[in-house]
Amino acid sequence: MTNKPVNQALAAEFGLNAEEYARVLDIMGRTPTLTELGIFSVMWSEHCSYKSSRVWLRTLPTKAPWVIHGPGENAGVVAIGEGLAAIFKMESHNHPSFIEPYQGAATGVGGILRDVFTMGARPVANLNALRFGDPKNPVTRRIVDGVVRGIGGYGNCVGVPTVGGEINFHPAYDGNPLVNAMTVGIAPADRIFLSAAAGIGNPVVYVGSRTGRDGIHGATMASAEFGADAEAKRPTVQVGDPFVEKLLIEACLELMATDAIVAIQDMGAAGLTSSSVEMAGKGGVGIELDLDQVPQRETGMSAYEMMLSESQERMLIVLRPGAEEITRAIFEKWELDFAVIGHLTDTGRIVVRHQGRVEAEIPLAPLADQAPLYHRPTAPSPAPKPVGAIPAARLADDLVKLIGCPDLASRAWVWDQYDSTVGGQTVKRPGAADAAIVKVDGHRLALALTTDCTPRYVAADPEAGAAQAVAEAWRNITATGARPLAITDNMNFGNPEKPVVMGQFAAAVAGIAKACTALDFPVVSGNVSLYNETEGSPILPTPAIGGLGVLEDAARAVGLAAAPGQDLVLVGAEPSHLGQSLWLREIAGQEAGPPPPVDLAAERRHGDFVRARIASGEVRACHDVADGGLLVAVAEMLMAGNVGATLAGPTDGGFWFGEDQARYVVAVADGAALVAAAQGAGIPARLLGRTGGEGLTLPDGTTISLATLRSAHERFFPALMET
Amino acid sequence: MKAGIVVFPGINRERDMAIALERASGRKPRMIWHRETDLQGLDLIVIPGGFSYGDYLRCGAMAAQSPVMDSIRAHAARGGHLLGVCNGFQILTEAQLLPGALLRNASLRFLSMDCHLRVERTDTDFTAHYQRGQVIRAPLAHGDGNYFADEATLDRLEGEGLVVFRYVEPDGAVTAKANRNGSARNIAGILSPNRRIMGLMPHPEDLVDPLMGGTDGAPLFEGLSAALAA
Amino acid sequence: MKAVVTVMLKPGVLDPQGKAIGQALSHLGFAGVGEVRAGKVIELELAETDPDAAKNAAESMARKLLANTVIESFKVEIAKGDAA
Repeated sequence: MTNKPVNQALAAEFGLNAEEYARVLDIMGRTPTLTELGIFSVMWSEHCSYKSSRVWLRTLPTKAPWVIHGPGENAGVVAIGEGLAAIFKMESHNHPSFIEPYQGAATGVGGILRDVFTMGARPVANLNALRFGDPKNPVTRRIVDGVVRGIGGYGNCVGVPTVGGEINFHPAYDGNPLVNAMTVGIAPADRIFLSAAAGIGNPVVYVGSRTGRDGIHGATMASAEFGADAEAKRPTVQVGDPFVEKLLIEACLELMATDAIVAIQDMGAAGLTSSSVEMAGKGGVGIELDLDQVPQRETGMSAYEMMLSESQERMLIVLRPGAEEITRAIFEKWELDFAVIGHLTDTGRIVVRHQGRVEAEIPLAPLADQAPLYHRPTAPSPAPKPVGAIPAARLADDLVKLIGCPDLASRAWVWDQYDSTVGGQTVKRPGAADAAIVKVDGHRLALALTTDCTPRYVAADPEAGAAQAVAEAWRNITATGARPLAITDNMNFGNPEKPVVMGQFAAAVAGIAKACTALDFPVVSGNVSLYNETEGSPILPTPAIGGLGVLEDAARAVGLAAAPGQDLVLVGAEPSHLGQSLWLREIAGQEAGPPPPVDLAAERRHGDFVRARIASGEVRACHDVADGGLLVAVAEMLMAGNVGATLAGPTDGGFWFGEDQARYVVAVADGAALVAAAQGAGIPARLLGRTGGEGLTLPDGTTISLATLRSAHERFFPALMET
Repeated sequence: MKAGIVVFPGINRERDMAIALERASGRKPRMIWHRETDLQGLDLIVIPGGFSYGDYLRCGAMAAQSPVMDSIRAHAARGGHLLGVCNGFQILTEAQLLPGALLRNASLRFLSMDCHLRVERTDTDFTAHYQRGQVIRAPLAHGDGNYFADEATLDRLEGEGLVVFRYVEPDGAVTAKANRNGSARNIAGILSPNRRIMGLMPHPEDLVDPLMGGTDGAPLFEGLSAALAA
Repeated sequence: MKAVVTVMLKPGVLDPQGKAIGQALSHLGFAGVGEVRAGKVIELELAETDPDAAKNAAESMARKLLANTVIESFKVEIAKGDAA
């Protein structure tokens, strides 16, 4: 590698096209060195530069009175009251997770944790949104196993509870699973650490693990689609060390309690390159690095390798002058490497020295300002095929089949491998409520956390589908009684050079923007993962939404478990929409029709009503109606509470399995009073039935025992993974 | 009660333990960094859960060799109370302060869920606030909780009444299904012969607040606090 | 001088990992595999140049830390002719 001549052919190998390479030559005024070419190629990769997505992302609403820092920092920051801030972000690790599922998922968790604690927050919760291929594909089992073990292996060891997330299966993810990891942390609102470097002459220090040759060009790998040679790319996958991450969290938080830090950033994708370039660039200063000082795990590494290494668990910090010794003492206490590797300059350039030679010298302003920005052509998605002839619903049989299908079956097999209680603040564990509830240690405050996306809706109508994802996140937070505050978006799409894919992206951004605006639910951080294709076939467009809300009093949170002797009330319109429903796919065998329409005004009205009733103490349990429709929502509440119910109403499939939006099922002592209150507020509501007994009796007179429901619900994962 | 919590690098349930101890005793426990050696004046030393040194060689193996362990041995030799939970239990067996070893879970998977425990003995300071035979709930969170000892050791533990918690069904029945990690004789927790050292895999410290789903763990800490009140 | 320490679970200690490997091999169609035991190999680069002294040192390390003799047995081999 080091001996290759730098030319357009090598630039192409590094992922720069001819026009981009010409721009490099123009900025440099000469042929770049190998190290310089490496720096340009990673900084201008899709992963680091957002060159295809930036024009669209700019249109997202990012402000609200409670937003402290929106997109542009390592993670988003919102005020949650009592002088505290929640810091959160979701990020993808899709490509590495296909190549090596365990390490890909594990390092995904590690990376997002660093994005959060680098800002001064103690991480308090992890969630993850996972999409896997067809369960019938033998590869799927291996990927599920590795990803689940990887998330658990890393998250459990660092001692951050994994409290929620979601899992879908679809053949479109065969060969391109999605692993989107979200971390949430808590910090004092006036002690947020940013990445903009400042102070000419200030020392630049390296802390954490040593640098090895791992993951070189990971950022460019994340920006290219898979060919049949994906297996051969294995050596570029990074290996994570959660033990070191745990030490790094503690050491950084200890250092953050002092006034030593000017700026701090983790070395994520493109490692030392992106952290040094971004920190200096944001601060409008220059930076000089002496690579001889970098702690190294291997011998004989070149400047190119060190600048592009993606070794994990490393941070770059700009210190106040004279703070080196206190910093060294803290990192030595935690048995982590510490080295002063450079200083800030007034040159506006990054200068990289190694073994007495200048290996790179690049002006930072043009590296950032002249980064490619594409307004790629878009094309509308073709209309989904119309719904064909469908059979009449058989309520009991269809329900049993639906709650056992891969997208609705119990996720307990997965959750049972994630430590969800460490920290001692988990009020609602996975599956206990529509959003996970994590109390803030020492306060009554609690966070409500969720991830949501229904990719089949987005594929059928990208704008409506993306708006639905935001609305569902808002609804899931609302259903616990919490007030939704903000989202992080993790945009997973195919090859943006294809107009239909770019069109999906643009429409999805428009849908998110509309929903966020209507629901006062701004985007404060995010991540884009493009080129999610294998052999030219794209994934379902998947704008995963991570939502965060706050409850003033953790004791007010409600879960979804119904108890005996409660009335079940539907809040929201009576359903009928079967297009893109799971019933249509699983029972009628069709992936067809438009997704359910999203009425954001109705979402807001219905949600605000439900939240107010929860606050009043009247609601004992609440569950939003989503995948599978009304009957599935009721069944989930009954299984969670281990209680039966008798339901009344129509017997048609549209009513019980339609996936119309803006709806909740609530359990209350007096259903008639709630229905009256809703109707008084102009909100549709209907009494569905009453809980009690050991079985679910349906309006057509059939009864299903709880045991039958539960065994159907719990079969899928163990059958897939343990046989 | 003057309690101290030992913090090895990689330990992660020290704050949970501190909350439970403070809740029961009204007194903040002292955090003991693993390089400290002076543990005089403490009534109770707790080694909490986590992944000390990444659990890389064997769970607890490296922590068991660290400097603070000599002081912990001295505390035990003085008849001081010593509690090891999860990784702490693994460390106590590796340090041979308790017999046996904790092997990989029989399922080879990390287990995180509530389990039910039967309290086998209540004439100890750890369990005095429970009823004998009482079934309590506690979260599990471990990859290596499969208790092993040779038959002679197991017979001795049983014979001397040193098995203090056993994995059971909610109704108290000892079954293979309740024994999710595969432990010998469903053993979840054991005592030293003087009943001053206890090790257990589940996490009573994570179930001391009704907000978190229950208080079944609270009597353990309240019992200790009452017995060790200064 | 390089010492190679092999650590195995003692006979009679349940080895779920070995069992799982055995089952996987059988699923893959490898017939005739009996009991499978999984252990670990630890390589030590030692400054010591005398093979007997190196072996003694490695055995002492194994007893103290590398193996838990409650459940594990170990074997130390000194790599021959390796002066690294």
